[in-house]
Parts: sequence; C-alpha cells; structure tokens
Amino acid sequence: MNNLLEVKNLKVHFPVKQGLFSRVKGYVKAVDDVSLELKPGETLGLVGESGCGKTTLGRAIIRLIEPTAGSVHFEGEDITNLEGPELRARRRRFQMIFQDPYGSLNPRMTVEQIIGEAIDIHKLAESNSARQKRIAELLQAVGLNATHAQRYPHEFSGGQRQRIGIARALAVEPKMIVCDEPVSALDVSVQAQIINLLQDLQQQRGIAYLFIAHDLAVVEHISHRVMVMYLGKVVELAEAKTIVREPLHPYTQALLSAVPVVDPKSKRKRIVLPGDVPSPINPPPGCPFNPRCPLVEDRCRSEVPALREVKPGHWVSCHVV
Amino acid sequence: MLDSAANVAETVAPDRASTAPLLEIKDLKLEFVSGAKALRAVDGVSFAIHPGETVCLVGESGFGKSVTALSIARLVASPPARYPSGEILLRGRDVLKMNKAELREIRGGVVSYIFQEPSASLNPVFRVGSQIREALKLHRPEVANDAEVVRLLKLVGIPAPELRLRDYPHQLSGGMQQRVMIAMALASQPQLLVADEPTTALDVTIQAQIIDLLRDLKERLNMSMLLITHNLGIVGDIADRVAVMYAGQIVELASANDLLTQPLHPYTQALMRSVPELDHEDERLQAIPGTVPNLGAFPSGCRFHPRCPKGRRDCPERVPELVEVLPNRWVRCFYWDKPIPSPEEALNPNNPVLLQSREQFTGS
Repeated sequence: MNNLLEVKNLKVHFPVKQGLFSRVKGYVKAVDDVSLELKPGETLGLVGESGCGKTTLGRAIIRLIEPTAGSVHFEGEDITNLEGPELRARRRRFQMIFQDPYGSLNPRMTVEQIIGEAIDIHKLAESNSARQKRIAELLQAVGLNATHAQRYPHEFSGGQRQRIGIARALAVEPKMIVCDEPVSALDVSVQAQIINLLQDLQQQRGIAYLFIAHDLAVVEHISHRVMVMYLGKVVELAEAKTIVREPLHPYTQALLSAVPVVDPKSKRKRIVLPGDVPSPINPPPGCPFNPRCPLVEDRCRSEVPALREVKPGHWVSCHVV
Repeated sequence: MLDSAANVAETVAPDRASTAPLLEIKDLKLEFVSGAKALRAVDGVSFAIHPGETVCLVGESGFGKSVTALSIARLVASPPARYPSGEILLRGRDVLKMNKAELREIRGGVVSYIFQEPSASLNPVFRVGSQIREALKLHRPEVANDAEVVRLLKLVGIPAPELRLRDYPHQLSGGMQQRVMIAMALASQPQLLVADEPTTALDVTIQAQIIDLLRDLKERLNMSMLLITHNLGIVGDIADRVAVMYAGQIVELASANDLLTQPLHPYTQALMRSVPELDHEDERLQAIPGTVPNLGAFPSGCRFHPRCPKGRRDCPERVPELVEVLPNRWVRCFYWDKPIPSPEEALNPNNPVLLQSREQFTGS
C-alpha cells in the first residue's frame, strides 16, 4: 500500500538568542533527523516525555512550524515548500486536534460558526441549507446533536468541547489528523469516550492518525505502531504490541516500567531512571540517553547510534541492543 | 507491608480503636456561599487516618477531594467556605473549632502539604535553601541552619545539596522542584503529609521517582500520608486504604488491595474499566457515558444514577448511605451486590456498559 505520509530526515532547530544584539548562541534541536511513514487509515503513536520534540514534530509535519531541513511528502506530493493558497488547499487533507479543548475554540463564535468556518474556507457547501445540514451531520458523527450548533463553547464540558474540536477537523474530510494529547486535559471517565470516538471515526472514514501523547497505555491502546522519542530523536519504532511486550531500547523499557499499574498483584520490576531529561540546547555527546542509561558503554558517550531495523518492522537506535 | 495491612484492618472499625487515629474526619460538610446560594462541595465525608498509614482520595476534578484535604489545616478561605456540620479531629482536637494561634501551630507542625505544581508553590525570587530555612525558623528554630537544609535536601534525594541550596527555583527541573517542596514540607517534621496530585504535572519517569521517594520517606519517618490522585495506578503503588469520591461524597472506602482487585461500587468499577492498561487485549474501552456533574447541579438521590449501569428506577429518589457491606468495605449503593438490572428495571437501559455486560451474559 502506498504511504499517505512520508517524512524524511526532518529537522526543526530553534535558534537560542542572547545578549544585546540577539546573537545566536546555539540551537535547540527540537526535532533532529526524524523519518517516518504513515499508511492510510493507520494510527502511529508518538510518545516521549515533555521536551522530547513530539509536539514540534507533529506541527512541523503539517507546516504549522517551518522545518529547518528534511522533507514531508503527503499523498506522494512534496509539501515542504508549498506556500499560500497552494498550502491552504492541501491543508484540507490533514487537520489537527489540540490538547486544550478550552483554549483551542474561539469563545466568541458559536459551534456553527466554528465548524462552518472550515466549510466556508474550502467552499464545501453550495447553499446555506447544505451547510447547515453538513454541520448537523458532523455534530451527530461526534456524538453531539444539531441543537448544539447555536451554543457557545463555554456552555460545554471539556469532553464535549473536544468533540467540537474533532467535528471541526472532520468538516473538511481529512485523510490524516494530527492528535496532540487529545485526552490528557480531560477527566478520566471522559477520556475513554473520546478514545472510542476516534477509533470509530477511523473505522468509518479511514482516517490516519498521528497520535501524540505521553500516556503509554493510551497510546498502546489506540495505535497500530508506536514511535518513542527522546531529545528530538527516535529511539524505537515498532508495532504497538511489540513495543509493550518486547521493548529493546533501555529508555523504552524504563518508560514502560514507570507506568503505574492498577493491579496490586502485578510484580513488575520498576526501572527508576536517575536524573532528568538533559537540556536540548546542550545534549550530551554520543547517544542522548547515555547519562541516564543503565547499560551505558564507552562508545555510547562518543558515537551517536543510528536507527536500525533489528527485526522486521522493529527499529532501535542503541549500540548495546 | 503485610503487617501494616493487618494493622489497618484491625483499626478501621471504630469500636476496635487500639491505636487512636491521627486524623478523624466525621460527617464533614463544606459549602461555598455566594450571595443567597450555598453550593455544597463536600457532603458528609467521614474517614480516618492512623499513624503510619497512607490513605488515597481518588476521584475526578470538582468532586471535593482537594477542599477536603485543605480543610484539615483550615486552608480553605472562609468566607466563601463554611462548615455547616462535621468534625475534623486532628490528634483528638477539632480543627474546625481552633483559634488562629492553634491553627498556626498545627499548620506545618502536625500537617504539611505538597501540591501539584511545584513551580507555582515555590517563591521564584528566593534561593531554595532560604525557603527551606524559613520553614525551619518557624517550627524548629534551633536547627535553622544550612547543615539541616543540606540534610533535608539529601533526604529527598537531591544530588550535591550543598550547591543546590543556592539555586533559585527556576534553575531546577520540575522533579527537583517537587523534591524541594517535599523537603520543605518535611522540615517541620509533620505527622501527616498531605500530597495533592504531587506527580500530575511531572513526566512518567520522574513521577515514578517521586512516588518511590514518598513511599520510602513515610516508612523511614513513620509519617501518615493523605494522597490525592485521579490515577488508580498510583493508588496500587502506595496506598494502604482508598476512598473513592464522586460528587462531594465518598462512594467506596476499602483497603487498596481489596478495592483494586474487586471494586464494589459501580462508579469504581466503571472508572477502572474505562482506563486503558498496558498490554491488555484490544477490546473497546468501556467509557462512562455522560459528563461529570457540576458543583450545584449534582443529581438527586444517588448522584451517580444518570451514568450508572446498575441504576434502577428508584435510584434518583432514594439517597444511599455509605454502609459497611463486608468487613472493612464501605459502599454507597443500594444495588452493589445485585445482578445487572433487566431492561424493565433498568434506569439507563441504553448504558453501554450495561448493554455490553448483558451481551457477554447471554453470549456465554
């Protein structure tokens, strides 16, 4: 099957400026040489701790942040250098859902205006009645109903607002949605509703998701494949089940063991990582994980490990594994 | 661990109080008054914490966990808050009747707090060492020196404490800041540490470090702890007993082990089923339908009835009490031990959990 999305060697470096004349002192390598592929209707989970670059990667792919280097191909077309109306036309094919359902909806617009704006921009409705009908359908698709169209965002709960955000993304019939922590701001009992909704929509409409989250259990549940990032780099990429059952990279192993388990009888051994995530301005030489790694060897401190395929479909960047 | 579990079991029943509880909250009610309206955020909460015991308060946002915990040292501004009834007995004395001098003494002296956002709780313009020293000056002036600050920083696992005490909060990472907060809370040698979502703002690997630290500290210092969380996984890691709150009331109270292996209240069951777990089969999550009720608009009767798979016709009309249904297991539900209702009896016949369990039932 052809890939829907192909990202090659993507880099996003932010300059760090200092002093009177804002001289560039260095770069934060938020995303450093990341490549990935996404098939139609597939969910790729993106996990990592805060500051690892997962959000930046998601935004750079849909050109909300300009990449420093590398390329993004969507449906076979290079969108890395598209601009203006051309880029806007392509944006119909990929949308985004944001973390904060409170901050990502304009409080002065009704739900109808919020969803209708996308329909208007891409001229997807021929008449006003067609537009209204379409909005009603979208609201129904996300579990709301047509009477909600005239209300304002503050009249809804967090979960309902996230549904509005999803309806807005669906309005333009995208092939891919970048979901940036879509459930982490929601109450626990409501998270499952949104996860189920996203899965239903994927089955009905064949949408591919790039699902960014820090909660490994959620990511494993919804994703087909999972990519683990550390300090702007991919450390491991595999099928979701493989990542959870046979993690190879020591960072993935530690991350998994840190997830609290509900079952009190579970005798999982926890690997507690010493220290914190290093600053991405001054990443350690060699493997970025080496100061915290329990398996560290000499060459880890000097050579950057390459991402290699150790088993079919299972990629790891580690010298020791 | 086994010993302490046995201890807990023995001391839960009020008539067998071999050791007096450190904290005993009895029928606490708290209202927020605005104009002529009074919104009841906490409605009849009772539980006890014994010396050395860790109790978890679990529930979603807006269910009164934090204000219950803050009430222990009377940290909820009043007005707008008022306490129409109830007692908070800390070492046998009612906090709700204390005067300002007495309150000053127990704040820090008996009960210390750590909060969710360490960066918001630390003063950004003072070095962390001097902030910890301030806590020492108030409670243990005889040791308000750098040596004691270093000892505390070492206790909470901060490397090179001699250097770190000269740092400002912004120079530390979130996990380190939370360690400083814990050191500050421990400076006064409290008997009860209240931790309000202490790891929610932290990354998973750092969260594991902090939970390990808290568990280690309470054992070494023989402290009691009240931990507030919405994460059931953390409960299994650290708690002796758990109280699950829904809409201002405790709906289930049990030992952590019992509650996590066999939850009895439909809300607790639904909450546990709605959370995805690592390496479980890819079945569909059983979401709890509906939304979390807002303060002031709590449903009548049993407050969980609009979302409950076990709800029956009379649930909106009768108010259930928290009852000890099995030894040391308290549940607020009329039908906790009844099978799922038939379509005629069911209050929410379209509840997805109900439909699914009926399917499984008829399927097998």
